[in-house]
Amino acid sequence: MSDTAKPLTILYFAWLRERLGRAEETMALPAGVRTVAELLDHLAQRDAVHAAAFDNRRTVRCAVNQEFAPVTTALHPGDEVAFFPPVTGG
Amino acid sequence: MATIRVQQADFDVSQEIAALTAGRTDIGGIGCFVGTVRDSAPGQLGSAPISAMTLEHYPAMTERAIARITAEAERRWSLLGCTVIHRVGRLTPGANIVLVLAASAHRQAALDATAFLIDWLKTKAPFWKREEFADGSGEWVEARETDDAAAARWQGD
Repeated sequence: MSDTAKPLTILYFAWLRERLGRAEETMALPAGVRTVAELLDHLAQRDAVHAAAFDNRRTVRCAVNQEFAPVTTALHPGDEVAFFPPVTGG
Repeated sequence: MATIRVQQADFDVSQEIAALTAGRTDIGGIGCFVGTVRDSAPGQLGSAPISAMTLEHYPAMTERAIARITAEAERRWSLLGCTVIHRVGRLTPGANIVLVLAASAHRQAALDATAFLIDWLKTKAPFWKREEFADGSGEWVEARETDDAAAARWQGD
């Protein structure tokens, strides 16, 4: 598999996982999606459930390749992107 | 140098202190914080009784995020060792959730580093708490601005 053909892995945690009904999915980096924010826009357009889950972006945090990342972060084929609410451990 | 574990099993505080200090005579003090599951949460209608709490995490990321936090503590204070153990899974009231130990030659570094570690763990490590109430309902705990403020007070150091 060439590098550009590697899919994105997308992970969901906590209430995002529950509301979307899945913990993980893979997809090719959609055409026109260059950043985390653009991936969120792409996912939100899927259906009403996704639109509602991603409606308030202030409640959604992100990690790219297991590092916290702002939504301006650039995405590349093969990246692991995780979406989750603000953390509440400790 | 730091001992970091993410586990379902409980921990024993005195065993962990013994492991941290074994064979050493240069340590002058150990700061210790133990977080435990409370039996109630502040709700809109007063205090709601909690029957259990489930901790979810992001396995591929968690230990690395904690290692970054302990490395930052070691950069800021002269530590002679530190331990962070965070439990995951379903826990009932009274159960241990998290242990932070920080050892130093002097108490101020040990105590300050302990406070720093728990403040940053609450805001910079990928854990999420879900509370279960006595009536069977459940709710994901929302991040609190007071936790962000507690973490931010270390920002300028």
